Amino acid sequence: MLDGRGSIKRRLGARLWLSGTWLGIMALLALFAPLISPHDPLAQDLFAGRLPPFWLSGSDPAYLLGTDSLGRDVLSRLIHGAQIAFSVALVAGLATALVGSLLGLLAGYMRGWIDIVISRLVDIWMAFPPVLFAILLIAVLGTGLTSIIIAIVVIDWTRFCRVVRAEAMNQSAMDYVSSAVVAGRPRRDILWREILPNVLPTIVALLTLEMGIAVIVEAILSFVNLSISTDAPTWGGMIAEGRTSIHQAWWVLAFPLAVLFLTVLSFSQFGEGLKDRFDPVLR
Amino acid sequence: MKLLRAILVRLATMSVTLIGAAVVVFFVIRVVPGNPIAMMLPPGASEEDIARLTAHYGLDKTIFQQFGIWLSGVFQGDFGTSISLRQPVMPLVLGRLPATLELAIFALVIAVVIGGALALTGVRHRETRTETAVDVANGVGLSIPDFLWALILIVLFGVLMPIFHISGRISPSLDLPFVTQFYVFESLFRLRFDLWWDLLKHMFMPALALAIPLAAIISQLLKQSLKETMHLDYVTLSRTKGYSENHVILSEALPNAVLPTLTLIGVQFTFLIGGTVIIERLFSYEGLGNMAIDAVINRDLPLIQGIVIVFALLFTIINLVVDMTYALLNPRLRHA
Repeated sequence: MLDGRGSIKRRLGARLWLSGTWLGIMALLALFAPLISPHDPLAQDLFAGRLPPFWLSGSDPAYLLGTDSLGRDVLSRLIHGAQIAFSVALVAGLATALVGSLLGLLAGYMRGWIDIVISRLVDIWMAFPPVLFAILLIAVLGTGLTSIIIAIVVIDWTRFCRVVRAEAMNQSAMDYVSSAVVAGRPRRDILWREILPNVLPTIVALLTLEMGIAVIVEAILSFVNLSISTDAPTWGGMIAEGRTSIHQAWWVLAFPLAVLFLTVLSFSQFGEGLKDRFDPVLR
Repeated sequence: MKLLRAILVRLATMSVTLIGAAVVVFFVIRVVPGNPIAMMLPPGASEEDIARLTAHYGLDKTIFQQFGIWLSGVFQGDFGTSISLRQPVMPLVLGRLPATLELAIFALVIAVVIGGALALTGVRHRETRTETAVDVANGVGLSIPDFLWALILIVLFGVLMPIFHISGRISPSLDLPFVTQFYVFESLFRLRFDLWWDLLKHMFMPALALAIPLAAIISQLLKQSLKETMHLDYVTLSRTKGYSENHVILSEALPNAVLPTLTLIGVQFTFLIGGTVIIERLFSYEGLGNMAIDAVINRDLPLIQGIVIVFALLFTIINLVVDMTYALLNPRLRHA
């Protein structure tokens, strides 16, 4: 029994470390993109189009991961793409968490008509296919980073709202809340000082998952050409570009796809790892 | 009696949800900048032409009047006329819906087969490396959304090893005898197995991309419920009776462990259908989702509304069916 638990703990630890390291590297690349990236991500060199990555014949050591059809450096575009992806992940993730958790807390703790209205809104929202909803919103809001972030918040607040509402309801039924009520503390005080701190770990774990989702949404929108301007070095835009030249230059698609895969996997594993770490039963 | 009342309450909340969805989409898309009428006329059209066409589509009335007209049409089965395709919306949407349903159902079948097989393998070889491998597969399958799986499948099986079709619904060179849009069912019905096989070969990649995340969810939950069931007394009893481990898992544990997974499949199926929007786009599959993206890009307001309402209706019906099946299957709820 003890051994079993030890091995589970080790496995959880490894998962947190591996995903955390990848996310850390990506975050550093994003932060120092202009210093690190070897080329200007927008600079075209039509004489150096579709150069293969360094280990293939015909490559140019100046372009480590090769170039796309317009002769733009794939590595530099990946690094600058990380900047866009992580900005969207951070801002959209935090804003979604804020809006969704707030509504969830109110619904779960206040109950009554507030709960009915919010829960009905969640039901209505869940009746939309999210990708269609996102494309619709971008068509309304216009393209651009701000629009993407707004679209993510508008679509995904339900994800936080549902979980936080359930969690707040659970916490409200606990003895420490009842005793706070008996002690005559005001409801607002109980909500912010008793319930919120106990729901916070759930919110943090969800936030990490949401950041991964935000990265994917940005990629999907760039893919259908509704993100920011088409030249901008987004991972989704690189994937869309790479797909059209997949038979001539597979690396233009493969590298951004691999980076996106690892990043989304890491966000998700990090979130799951945090959830288990906070789980008092496993701890 | 209680069940009947529960169903009536559900139907009432369902209609509130649907009307809410209609209101949201109607008002959201009318904030769209860009005039759909200007997009459909040739350059150099006179002001008069624009005004006439605007009036024809009712776009000169106030937004509330437009909503009233649209809603009363909807209740009569009239969803208006598509601006970009210049045909009534309802036949267009219903013409595409079968393709999407066939894709989604095929994906569901794949997900159940893969997920079930993984769960059973994990339980049969529990506490070994095989179970760890199943856990890792579940973790990866769950973390990566269908959009990325689709791209990975395109690279692997469309380009590096071109085995499967990665574009379209059926080979364009084939003669199609179909009268309905349910090609897969109809080809079986007509015993045209050549067409049936061609359809499946086209559907396999997009369906697999949709299926992987759901397969992982099914596998994870089913394995967990099976493992809990394996500790129960009646399972131990049948084992002491000398039944083989395979028999114990399949005939004794599985029937009792499967209920939570069935409910979950129902809920997750709506997410899968939502995923068809982008997956159909990636694989140029002629379904509802692909049409939806074109409709948004063309600012085709009536068509967008029609498609969104059909999706919302589909989702709510599936949820209702899931709840009712659950109530019928679960004896505790049936007799309550």
